[in-house]
Amino acid sequence: MRSFWRTLDRRLRRDIAFVALADGVVGVSFGAIAVSGRLPAWVPLVMSPTVFAGGAQFAALAVVLGGGGSAAAVAAGLVLNARLLPYGFAIADVLEARWPAKLLGTQVITDESVAFALSQPDPARRRAAFLCCGGLLFVVWNVATLLGVLAGRAIGNPDALGLDAASPMVLLALVLPTLRDPRARRAALLGAVIAVGCTPFLPAGLPVLVALCGLAAAAGPRAHGRPGAEGQAGAQRQVGAQRQAGAQRQAGVKGRAG
Amino acid sequence: MTALAILLLAGGTYAFRVCGPVLHRRVVLPARVRWAASVSASVLLCALAATSAVSTGHAFAGWARPAGVLVGGVLAVRGAPFLVTVVAAVVTTAVLRLLGVP
Repeated sequence: MRSFWRTLDRRLRRDIAFVALADGVVGVSFGAIAVSGRLPAWVPLVMSPTVFAGGAQFAALAVVLGGGGSAAAVAAGLVLNARLLPYGFAIADVLEARWPAKLLGTQVITDESVAFALSQPDPARRRAAFLCCGGLLFVVWNVATLLGVLAGRAIGNPDALGLDAASPMVLLALVLPTLRDPRARRAALLGAVIAVGCTPFLPAGLPVLVALCGLAAAAGPRAHGRPGAEGQAGAQRQVGAQRQAGAQRQAGVKGRAG
Repeated sequence: MTALAILLLAGGTYAFRVCGPVLHRRVVLPARVRWAASVSASVLLCALAATSAVSTGHAFAGWARPAGVLVGGVLAVRGAPFLVTVVAAVVTTAVLRLLGVP
């Protein structure tokens, strides 16, 4: 790990450290919000190492704290994590290793580790960036969750402190950079309107899944274009947006969930 | 959130992660799939942010929480650091509640 760290130039090391710090802040809020929302402490503590995807963890949390069932929480988390599938293909060459190492390295595929890896020019540095970022985030995310759980237990009335606003705000901050793409923006806004409109009538947790109908708004106009080129660009845009979000974070301590 | 639910979420997530590293020599991911995966993530996050900002269960959450998220959201769009946006949302909500807004 240390030799990998030295392979990276100073600027990249600083970037990775900032992103890790920012994710630490998100991890603390994850632990604190989960526990102050009356979930048992083991829930965030088991979720952080096994799921290791901040967006999905917050999504599942938002569904459960909003009164939804476990099935809806799992479905929301999995839809969110479907984006890891193309990430895995994008950085498969980085994980060319013996089986145990490959299967272990797979767990640290996140928005940030993939974005940092793809920003590197050659295979050796791609590998170093991926493993350093992924490994560091894994440690920071889990330690931060633990700290959050400890802090959350000390909080008496989370609503009086306005803490219930933190979870929607984190989700909003996660999605904003991806909305620069007009088609994603159209789909996301339509989806949000559908979800809010359904909320009074459907069981909690379902409205956000129904929101996926909003995808139709993005698929429509260019459905007959060149899907190959378009999809490629889409995947790159996604990672590009994440990378950009990373760059923005470096200015101050900002972050998004791994 | 049951242990089984967490296990399913963790297992499913790992399955998404592991396909590429294991199958990339034999399978090329269709562009449509890549595109759908990235846009559905945006749609879902946006819908979650909206519903968890304005509702608790089936009911309206009151004005304090959406107002806080709106303040944080405006700051985020104007390029404020992540931490600032979250703190602004939380503080705005807390102050409104202190003032008696539900």
